[in-house]
Amino acid sequence: MPQNLFNKVWKLHTVRELPTGQTQLFIGLHLIHEVTSPQAFQMLREMGLKVLYPKRTFATVDHIVPTDSQSRPFSDEMAEKMMQELEKNAKEFGISLFDVRDARQGIVHVIGPELGLTQPGMTIACGDSHTSTHGAFGSIAFGIGTSQVRDILATQCLALSKPKVRKLAINGVLGKGVYAKDVILTIIRKLGVNGGIGFAYEYAGTAMEAMSMEERMTVCNMSIEGGATCGYVNPDEKTFAYIKGREFAPKPEDGSFEKALQYWTSIASDRDALYDDIVELDASKIEPTVTWGINPGQAIGISERIPAISSFSKDEQMTAQRALEHMGFKEGELIEGKKIDVAFLGSCTNSRISDLREAAKIVNGKKVAAHVKAIVVPGSQQVKKAAEKEGLDKIFISAGFEWRGAGCSMCLGMNTDRLKGGQLCASSSNRNFIGRQGSPKGRTLLMSPAMVAAAAINGKVVDVRNIL
Amino acid sequence: MPKITIIKGTGIVIRGNDIDTDRIIPARYMKEVTFAGMGKYPFFDERFDENGNRKAHPFNDERFQGASILVVNKNFGCGSSREHAPQALMRWGIKTIVGESFAEIFAGNCTMMGVPTITLPKEEIDELMDFIEENPNHEIVVDLTNNEISYAEDKATFSMKGSSRKALMEGTWDSTRLLLEAREEIESVAGKLPYLTF
Repeated sequence: MPQNLFNKVWKLHTVRELPTGQTQLFIGLHLIHEVTSPQAFQMLREMGLKVLYPKRTFATVDHIVPTDSQSRPFSDEMAEKMMQELEKNAKEFGISLFDVRDARQGIVHVIGPELGLTQPGMTIACGDSHTSTHGAFGSIAFGIGTSQVRDILATQCLALSKPKVRKLAINGVLGKGVYAKDVILTIIRKLGVNGGIGFAYEYAGTAMEAMSMEERMTVCNMSIEGGATCGYVNPDEKTFAYIKGREFAPKPEDGSFEKALQYWTSIASDRDALYDDIVELDASKIEPTVTWGINPGQAIGISERIPAISSFSKDEQMTAQRALEHMGFKEGELIEGKKIDVAFLGSCTNSRISDLREAAKIVNGKKVAAHVKAIVVPGSQQVKKAAEKEGLDKIFISAGFEWRGAGCSMCLGMNTDRLKGGQLCASSSNRNFIGRQGSPKGRTLLMSPAMVAAAAINGKVVDVRNIL
Repeated sequence: MPKITIIKGTGIVIRGNDIDTDRIIPARYMKEVTFAGMGKYPFFDERFDENGNRKAHPFNDERFQGASILVVNKNFGCGSSREHAPQALMRWGIKTIVGESFAEIFAGNCTMMGVPTITLPKEEIDELMDFIEENPNHEIVVDLTNNEISYAEDKATFSMKGSSRKALMEGTWDSTRLLLEAREEIESVAGKLPYLTF
């Protein structure tokens, strides 16, 4: 019977059915970082357990690392303590760690693919909800909690309930100035922030096929914002070409790449595979999209107006009302023209080299508006290096952007990169939740990197299509 | 692991859909290497202003101190996978959460900590919320054996994810030992995975 990728991978990794009715699933690749792992290692110690497959776990630091100066010890004592804790745990349990002194360090969902760790047909997990990013390679990637991090360390397995599979067929050609970010914001807007609960998302269709690997990562990254368990794209020639030659990828020299190709090809969804649900989307109708509220589903096309409260179901009106109060916006207003205070280019959603290139095209030769604080935080040290090699850093710096080190930074405000007071931030990140960017009154507008760059230059939200 | 079959206590209400984990615990309070101190932080930014002054909030309200049954609306706990969020609620004193629906990772984290997440239809959630706000000292009983929540004269039958209910009632909610039982099968699956042998 024809199968979809999700069901094939799930079956291959099934260890057994548990008495609770859940599946014990083997996890092929486990990624950890400094915030959600220390408690898990402590639990292991208390239980007297070792890490079962230390070679299948890789650690890096991203959430708390400062992006201005990365010299040790960090000026933030707690951040330094968390660093030391991860170093101690990695050493004690025999786990590879890419720390700030390592050229391979970066946001966990940027470096996994970059190092060739992320491969098709794998099960992947990380104590971070944006783990779905890795699904861009045709892997099944779960964001998990700390007790589950402990489970994987101790057993290389998770106890999971099998989700249903929904295919999102996104066909058509994206217009000029419309990016992967606009596609995923539109999906979340249409299906709702809880529309994906109980589902794995397969992103398919000609628009997905046309996307680069980095664009696919952006789409998969925000699966969780739509409530989905995970999201993936079937692997193809682009996937294989991206992986080839990377540090942890199978090598052509010893024949392992050829073997891998056989597996990777076999794991893709069969042509007539069945799905529990199919949703179709016309890519050509998508506009540059911006959020106006306090969750990623509260988004509109740049030409649209902020919706009226009465346009929502009664059940959703309270959240919409709360959103308008927090944002200081009124129903019926345009989002275009809103004056911004901060522009943030970064995060696991949009901090890769292609994101920086798109933004740099818009910034080139121009100046950031005088009242705007603008920062670029590359997703990894490798991205930073590649950007500097192309001279992108000079474009950003001469325009008035700050050029930072790699980390999560102002996406979630765990380091010193935070909004102040009620600042309004044009952000290429993934969450516009209240307080997300480090200030309880701070306000976030999610948009594509090109739109962030255009907002930084103009000092307000503009339609990037008029600039390109 | 203890078996969890019945939970009794007073209630506390947080109204609103899509309450995300950044609101339950803002990321900047997660800069600790243990969960021990997390009980200070639930809804921190909504409970205190920038100068640390207390604001009006159910978790600050004297009437709800000591409550152990949290009642919420739809898609509670959406967003980040941070276990810090349910840990903060549990360490504040919450033993079970009753809602219209929950975000998946959040609900999974709760189960693994021994905190049942149970669901009721909206009308019954509304009734329960009103009851708690009017009767903050009244005991509520959540009975997993019979899928029943009772308060005063009212009784409601709740839904719950079958696997979570079973794990909690049988005391296997802390899954590490359970998973480790299958050591041989784990090795056998690992041995057959193509990418572990490339």
